[in-house]
Amino acid sequence: MIKNISNLGDAALYCDFGNDVNREINLNVIQFFKNIKKSNIPGITNITPSYNKLIISFDLSITSFDKIKTEVEQLNFKNEIVNVGNLINIPVCCDNNFALDIKRLEKLLNLDKEEIYKKFFSKKYYCYMTGFIAGMPFLGDLDGSLHARRLDTPRVKVPKNSIGLTEQFCNIYTFESPGGWNIIGKTPLDIFDNKNNTSPNLINPGDTISFFQISKSEFEKKYD
Amino acid sequence: MTENYFEVLRPGINSTFQDNGRKNFYHIGIPFSGAMDNRNFVIANAISNNKKNSPVIEFALQGPKLRYKGDKVYFNVTGDVNFQILRKNKIEEGVCYQNLVLENNDCLDLISTNRSVYGYLSINASFKIDFYLDSCSVNTKAEIGANNGKILQKNQIIKIENITKKYSSNKLDYMVSKIENIRVIKGPHFDYFSETAKELFFKEKFRITKLTDRMGIRLDGPKIENIKYTNIKSEGLVKGTIQITADGDPIVMLSDHGTIGGYPKIGVVISADYDKLVQIPPGSKIKFKEINLKDAETIYKLYEMETRNLISKIK
Repeated sequence: MIKNISNLGDAALYCDFGNDVNREINLNVIQFFKNIKKSNIPGITNITPSYNKLIISFDLSITSFDKIKTEVEQLNFKNEIVNVGNLINIPVCCDNNFALDIKRLEKLLNLDKEEIYKKFFSKKYYCYMTGFIAGMPFLGDLDGSLHARRLDTPRVKVPKNSIGLTEQFCNIYTFESPGGWNIIGKTPLDIFDNKNNTSPNLINPGDTISFFQISKSEFEKKYD
Repeated sequence: MTENYFEVLRPGINSTFQDNGRKNFYHIGIPFSGAMDNRNFVIANAISNNKKNSPVIEFALQGPKLRYKGDKVYFNVTGDVNFQILRKNKIEEGVCYQNLVLENNDCLDLISTNRSVYGYLSINASFKIDFYLDSCSVNTKAEIGANNGKILQKNQIIKIENITKKYSSNKLDYMVSKIENIRVIKGPHFDYFSETAKELFFKEKFRITKLTDRMGIRLDGPKIENIKYTNIKSEGLVKGTIQITADGDPIVMLSDHGTIGGYPKIGVVISADYDKLVQIPPGSKIKFKEINLKDAETIYKLYEMETRNLISKIK
């Protein structure tokens, strides 16, 4: 549970759940996030869950740090942790044109690409948080043999919908963006749909992701 | 019925539709956005007699040049802006903070901001634009908001509707005050930095570099030495957060910032100083001043009072 609540500037609460990164702590954060969202405390403008922190922004013209802190502390949550996320299947094409860093990973991990993909596709991944850029999911944890450091020099442009790995995490680049993760494939699905005006995100914090491999021709079919 | 519209002859550097921004989407990676300088945004709409949260065109440094077609329309420009209205036979120098008129074929040339960054164009009418997640605010990274999430483009048309026929000679005598000191509350990772670094942070001046936009300000000055971890596990950010990069340079998160980040937070700019910070142009120097939460809250009340005061002086 929350170890400490402090202020982040004059218009946000910084709720600290410790320094470890694991599913249990993160489920605590997400549970807390969902409960605060439900409680409709006046003045709260944004709640941002991450691995082990929760930041609650508020409108300083309506409320203040002391008020929101008291209200948050008084909320009486049931302490049970339930994973309320959805299971989402994501197709990935690992054609050489998309798997930009597979050669680097083969060397770095001392595995051939068949082994890398076998290990990658045989696990389900948990979504710790979404953000940085709109809709980008931070997923984990990768098999221990797949942990690789970031590129020494980040790419200026990672293609949209690329799947990247770094340390124990993987993610999906929802937009073309600079980035240093090791790219192993690409999905034809739009993870963030900027035409959808109600729920543009396909993946939300707490969801479980199952990747499955598709061929280049299947990828192209889905793109039409 | 005639169609009323602006034709964009020159788009300017970074001209976007903005309103108050969008709430409650940080958790899916969408920041507030909205007008950078909130006070000038609020005043622009007050002079126009518009609703408080009406869309405006925000421009940075160099603004757009627009040709107007249609029925007479009133508009005003806020900020510290050098602009002209090119009419049939004459060039009229623009005056900020007052309602002016545009007639068919007039050109509005928002030449540049003076020793500041952002200016605002509000019309006594409404722009015919799209809203996304309850806001027109353009976020070019997520490609959302009015104008398909893009900055103004050369030769595009901006349609205008609901023109207010009645002229009000609204005017405000106001000059944006310039400041150099930006007040900051210590952040959760303040103790990640060496004693010398902490002292330098509040003593030395930092230069605002050209790597500055609606997402953030990159500062240049003495290196801030981290004695703990230069990377933290990524966590949420708020606007005004000052992170120290692995190289020891401060970056300040602004309205279109990435919603999470992995650099330690040394401090957060107080809400009352945000409008002034974003208006300081690249090349200028700023100094951070430490302040506590209680004082920051009091200063914010004064800031709000001052805004209300200014609006009450419009006549």
